[in-house]
This record gives sequence, structure tokens and C-alpha cells, in this order.
Amino acid sequence: MTGVAADASPAGRRRRFTDRDGPLAWAFLLPSIVYLTALVAVPLGLTVAFGLSDATAADPTYRFAGGRWFATVLGEGAFWRSLGDTLLITGVSTVLVVLLGQVLAHVLLADLRGRWLIRVLVLLPWTTPVALSAISWRWLLDHPGSPAGRVLRAAGVPPGDTWHERPATAMAAVVVVHVWRLAPLAAVLVMAGTAAIPREIRDAARVDGAGPWRRAFEVTIPLTLPATTVAALVTATVVCADVTVVDLLTGGGPAGSTQTLASLALARGADGGAVGPGAAIAVLSLPLPLAGVVGLIRVLRRS
Amino acid sequence: MVKVVEVRGLVKVYEGPGKRQVRALDGIDLATDRGECVVLLGPPGSGKTTLLRAVSGLEAPTAGEVHLGGHLMNGLPPRIRRVGLVAASHALYPHKTVRGNIEFPLKAERVPRGTRERKARWAADLLGIAHLLDRRPGRLSGDERRRVALARAVAREPAVLLLDEPLSDVDGRLRAAARDELRSLQRRLGTAMICVTHDQAEAMGLGDRVAVLDAGRFRQVGTPQDLYEEPVDTFVATVIGTPPMNLVPRGDRLVGFRPEHLLPAEEVPPDGRVTMPLRVDRIEFLSGDRHVYGRVSRICPETRVIARLPATVTTPLAAGEAREFAVPADRLRFFDAEYGNRTAPVRIAG
Repeated sequence: MTGVAADASPAGRRRRFTDRDGPLAWAFLLPSIVYLTALVAVPLGLTVAFGLSDATAADPTYRFAGGRWFATVLGEGAFWRSLGDTLLITGVSTVLVVLLGQVLAHVLLADLRGRWLIRVLVLLPWTTPVALSAISWRWLLDHPGSPAGRVLRAAGVPPGDTWHERPATAMAAVVVVHVWRLAPLAAVLVMAGTAAIPREIRDAARVDGAGPWRRAFEVTIPLTLPATTVAALVTATVVCADVTVVDLLTGGGPAGSTQTLASLALARGADGGAVGPGAAIAVLSLPLPLAGVVGLIRVLRRS
Repeated sequence: MVKVVEVRGLVKVYEGPGKRQVRALDGIDLATDRGECVVLLGPPGSGKTTLLRAVSGLEAPTAGEVHLGGHLMNGLPPRIRRVGLVAASHALYPHKTVRGNIEFPLKAERVPRGTRERKARWAADLLGIAHLLDRRPGRLSGDERRRVALARAVAREPAVLLLDEPLSDVDGRLRAAARDELRSLQRRLGTAMICVTHDQAEAMGLGDRVAVLDAGRFRQVGTPQDLYEEPVDTFVATVIGTPPMNLVPRGDRLVGFRPEHLLPAEEVPPDGRVTMPLRVDRIEFLSGDRHVYGRVSRICPETRVIARLPATVTTPLAAGEAREFAVPADRLRFFDAEYGNRTAPVRIAG
């Protein structure tokens, strides 16, 4: 008799599905494969396909047109101007978001009375739907009775002259809304990075005799650099690919001076019905956010 | 003579969860001289690190005074105190090179560049890490990091070095050498040193004096020999020494004796000894000594004890055997059974 406990019930000895690593791995991977195919690969493929087609909103039958639309779009001044605007809006917004994010991160971390309320207020812009906040901002900037309107008038801006009639102020409005809604995200990312600095390192800096400035510039900021970089790249990617803010706030105006590549693609392809050129612009604008994402992956892999 | 560090009546109360107050330090008095090493020994949560942080200025005491070099330091930031602190994790700046780490406190003091480089070099040479100056901490071994942390602490020649678990990550076999090196470093610098540890062997080996801490209070402060031979209570008696002091109950007392004093009866001179039968449960053979785990009786209800027989005692012993053992009467220590404090000796016949 070699009866040991493990042999007692033969039924318990059978290998179950969940014991088999190979099939199980595929079962777990399947949802992400379906998701990536349906929501990333298919739309991307369709965009490229439409960019190479003659289809319009009025006549959606597919006829292959070759690289004609790409050549047309690249020959247009509007494309290059929008590229410049995209870079400008993205660059300025990113710098401001990172600066404001650093400040807000310290506000979030500070041991203040009513900290929960401060945190809610800081995070609120991020939780508000983009479309809703763009419309609210529009009212805020447009209406002479709104707080912003009063400030502008007090600053000597004549009441008849509204901000969306001038390229500079229209651009500034777009940037302000981007900064306002993305700074909380940056703040949370930077806050996490700051909170992750070991207490013993902060203590060491104090005992080593460093004052607040030296501690900030030689210890805290260098150590939160990876988190700050992530915040900057996320901001740049989101701003660069965004259409909602431009579309709702300025509609690309005045005279196309705030049109980004993404909003131009929307205006031409969807609103203007020229599906081919619109898709071509969308495909051509892809490298910008893609660069941000690649940068993001590299930073995350290094840390 | 002015003490390098002097702490008087130090109390630190933390607000615990649910408004519960925790007395991390509960009336601490301590003073150290130049060139002296005091080791704070205690279990986790006994307040050792809090005391170190209070001296360095990272923690503001609730009551009491901290003096450095005869000056009252209460309320002054760490910057002004000029102490060298080495944290248990070494707390090196990961983004700075070894040189940058060592120079950081000098830079904070606005030491001119030339002097700064000379001092950093001197500290690095002292710790034998001159060849690592351009590396970053991430690429150093634990031992090298410890040396960098020490070099950073000594670079501005502080009057006192505060070390939190300085040798806890040193491999067991290298500990004695590391202790020796640390003490000779201190001798060359002439600083005072306060170390924190939970390891009694490290405390006894490192300290000129050892302060045994429990629940924010000193149980006993004295030389390692004092603590070992004349513990003031059962806490100190059992914290210090491996294996710890044997304690056997007798009436309203506990009778204590060190394992190395409990020997086969024929090894103990007959006049002035106390004998007891010992039943052997198990024997460990450790670096020449035999550690005999067993139970003694007659002088007390049967109690588990450990006897440490040096290599020179060759009496044959085996598990399950019973044999007469003895302790010299002057080696017995007596404690109150209820409170654990030291009491006057009691005569035990036999």
C-alpha cells in the first residue's frame, strides 16, 4: 500500500483549464486584442484608406484616388499654417501646464486645514467634460457681465472689441483653456513623484544644511524629473490631438488663425464633407502625438 | 568640561490615531564627550531614532533641552546644528555623483570651490572611496554606499556623528571588521558619536557606553561590562548577551545567572556555589562552545535554561541525560519577580 493523501481522490488530480498556462494566457489576452483591433487598428486603417479615396460626404462610394489628396494638402498654405499653430499651442500649453502643475502639486501636498476641499477644487477642472468647460469659458470670455469680461474692460479693452476677433487673443484663449483643464492632471502626476521621494533623503538634505531653495532645486526637482517629464509628454500629446477646445471656443478662427491640424482635419473632412483631404490631414498630423507617446514609453521604461 | 551633546529631560509626544498620545521619548537625560561613542540600544519603537532626530533637529521635542557644544539648540533648524547624520538607508542623493553627494553639505555652507574639493577628497580618502568619486549611488554596493554616506557626514567635520543602524546591512562575517573601522575612523576625527541599533552584539562591540532604551525611557546607561555583569532589571538582563541571562523563579524573586556560569558541578569550586540538577534536552555546538538547552529544578520549579560550556569543559553530555550543575554564588543576580528590578541577594542553600 502506497496510499498517500494526494492519491485519495482521483477526481482532484485531473488538470483543469486554469492549470494550463498556454491556453490561459491566450484567454486573458483576447479582450485586449479585440479591443486594440476594433478601436485602434480598424479606425486607423479606415483613415488611411479614406485619405487615398475619392469619397465625399455626399457620395460615399469608395474609389481609389492614390496619393492625390496628400499632395493637395501638402501644397496648401492652410496645412502649414495649422502645423505651426499646433506646435505653438502645444508648446506654450505644455510649458504653462508643467509650471502650474509643479505649484499645484505642492499645494496638494501641503498640510493645510481643509485639505480635502483644496484637493477637490484643484482636481475639478480635470473631471469636467472638455466640451462643457470650453462652452463655459466661451461665455466667461464673451459676456461683458462675466467676471472675465469685467476684468478685461477694467484693463482698458474696449467693449466692442472681442477676443475672438484678434488672432493673438483667440490663441491665448485656446491656451488658457488647455492649461486650465490639464494642469490638475500634471499636478497629480508631479505630486505622486514628489511624495515618492524617501523621507530620509529629504531629512538628509535638511541636516546637510540646505535651505529651502537649495532643497527644491538640487533635491526635489531633480528627483521629480521623471514624473514631470511624463506630465509634459501627456499634456503635449493631449493638446496636440485635441479638437474640442479649438472647435468650440474659436472654430479655428479668426480666419483660420487658431486652426490646429486636428481641427483642420475635422473642418475639412467632417464639416466640409471633403472626406479625402480631411483624412489625409489626419494621417499627416499623426507623427506629432505619436512622438509624444514614444517619448512617454521611453521615460516609463527607464524608470 | 563642556559636553559635545547634552540632552536634558527630553520628552516627545506624538499625536497617534484617534487623538491617542504616544510618548516616544519620556524624560531622557544623556551627555557625550569628545571621542566617545554612545550606543542607543532598544527594541523597535523604543524611541532610539526619535532621540537621534531630536538631537539633529529634525524633530522638535515636546519638552526638555538639547545642547550642542554647550549651546541650547531648541527651536534651531538642523542647518545650524552642524551634525553629521547617517540614516539607516544611507539616504544618498541618487541623481548626484559620489563627489556631488560628499560636496553637498559643503556647498550648502558656501565653502569656496577649492576648499570644497580638497575636503571632499580628504573625506573620500579617509573612507577609501576616492576611486568612486564619479559614480552614481545606483552603481555602488551596500558597503560602498555606507562609506559614501559616512564621507558626506564627516566632510564638514561635525562635532558629533549620529548614525542610525550603521552596520545593519553589513554581512555578519564582516561586522566585526566594520565596527573596528568605524571606531578607528572616529578616533582619528576625535568626534563624539551616537549610534542607534537594535542588535545587542553591535551595541556592546561599538559603544564606550551603551544606553538601553525601552518605551522612551533609559533602563540603564553604562559600559558594556557594567550592563552585562550588573543589569539593573530583567529587561536589560535578557536584552544583553547571547544566549540571554537565565532567569529562574524562586518565591517572590527571579534568580538570574549567565549561561557561561552554569557549568557541570565538578567544574565549579565547591565553596560558595549553588548546585542544581539539569536535564539535557538538546545540545548545540557553536564555535567550540556547547550550548546546552535543558531544565533545572530543586532551587526552583522546573525551568528551561541554557548553559554555555566552553571548549575547555569536556564533560560528556547527551540529550535526555540528567546531571548535577552549579553556579558560583557571587554570579547570581536577584530581581523582583513582579517588577523585574534588581533586589538584594537571597541565600540559597546548596
